[in-house]
Amino acid sequence: MPAKLILRDKTYEVPHGITIKQALKKLDISAEEVIPTREGELVTEDTRLKDGDVIRLVDVISGG
Amino acid sequence: MRCRKCGKPAVINMRHHKLALCKEHFLEWIVEQTERFIRKYRMFTHDDKVLVAVSGGKDSLGLWDVLWRLGYQADGLYIDLGIDGGFGYSNQSKELTVAFAEERGLKLHIVDVAASYGATIPEMARLTHRGKGKPCSVCGLVKRHEMNRIARDFGYSVLATGHNLDDEAAVLFGNTLTWATGYLVRQGPVLEAAPGLARKVKPFFRFYERETAAYALLRGIKYIYDECPFSVGAKSIYYKKLLNRLEADRPGAKLQFYLGFLRAKEEGLFAQRAEEVVETLHTCPVCGQPTSAPGKCAFCRLVERVEEAKRRRELSDASP
Ligand code: SF4
Ligand SMILES: [Zn+2]
Ligand SMILES: [Zn+2]
Repeated sequence: MPAKLILRDKTYEVPHGITIKQALKKLDISAEEVIPTREGELVTEDTRLKDGDVIRLVDVISGG
Repeated sequence: MRCRKCGKPAVINMRHHKLALCKEHFLEWIVEQTERFIRKYRMFTHDDKVLVAVSGGKDSLGLWDVLWRLGYQADGLYIDLGIDGGFGYSNQSKELTVAFAEERGLKLHIVDVAASYGATIPEMARLTHRGKGKPCSVCGLVKRHEMNRIARDFGYSVLATGHNLDDEAAVLFGNTLTWATGYLVRQGPVLEAAPGLARKVKPFFRFYERETAAYALLRGIKYIYDECPFSVGAKSIYYKKLLNRLEADRPGAKLQFYLGFLRAKEEGLFAQRAEEVVETLHTCPVCGQPTSAPGKCAFCRLVERVEEAKRRRELSDASP
């Protein structure tokens, strides 16, 4: 089972074993613009994704 | 990655500071740094009455929380813009702000734009044909005016906003692209008081947006996550994304860009213009706030036009 990354209403699947940083790069999501969380806890981008991990990305950019 | 202070697992890595911290030490760091910036830039002291402009977003609620923890006399001001966007944007952000203040026993002023001036922000923009479908210029004008009004009427010596480094760098980037010297003069973390205008400060201006968001999340502050519906496609977001691409390759680029600007300003760049700006201020005969030309200020003219447009509409509705 791959790992999942969720940003707002989008869900992305990535292979496990890579880091969050690598996954974000793959998906072309700027690491500056999201905060990764796992089970409600903040995790750093060097965290390696495990099988079945669900990472929620909190969007940090606000504008207007 | 481990916390530099205690070795526990880190929750955030700030590459531009080469600093990773655990939850406890990050929360502590934000509070300490805020205090340091308030002193370093002489924003205010514990004797000042501070009015914090709160929108229900992560930055302004985070700032209010930190000022409260630091023991400052900080009251809040929420301006109800009357924006719905299909999900009750203004209502939701007001509820979150009220709940935040109640939990901490803080004093909150609420200004209801529609109740005070007869129309919501989007209605004002429509009635006066301003902004081409976007009420942002009307919104900015009204917010600025009301913040100054409440600060003056209730005797606050300083007005604090939650602008973070990304906000500031994006505005600077926009102003630099067009060399808008008039705006560049007035941009900074501290704007001194002028006759009729409150002193304005931005205690969070050195934190990245990522850090203010992490602070709100880790502190458990419930903030409005959905954006104002009119911010879609905003230039500021576009500039933030451009700057973040730079930041990704060169950690610290955003911070250097902004701090370099402040240094250049201090060394006298734009200085002469600043004097010219002060000299051209007049006073609005209706509200007493300063304006750049003699006569009524832009806000009072807007309110007048809204009233006229409403009268005209009522007349045409009443005629057979
Ligand atoms: S996006 Fe525009 S309308 Fe919405 S709060 Fe910001 S300035 Fe006001
Ligand atoms: Zn620690
Ligand atoms: Zn006026």
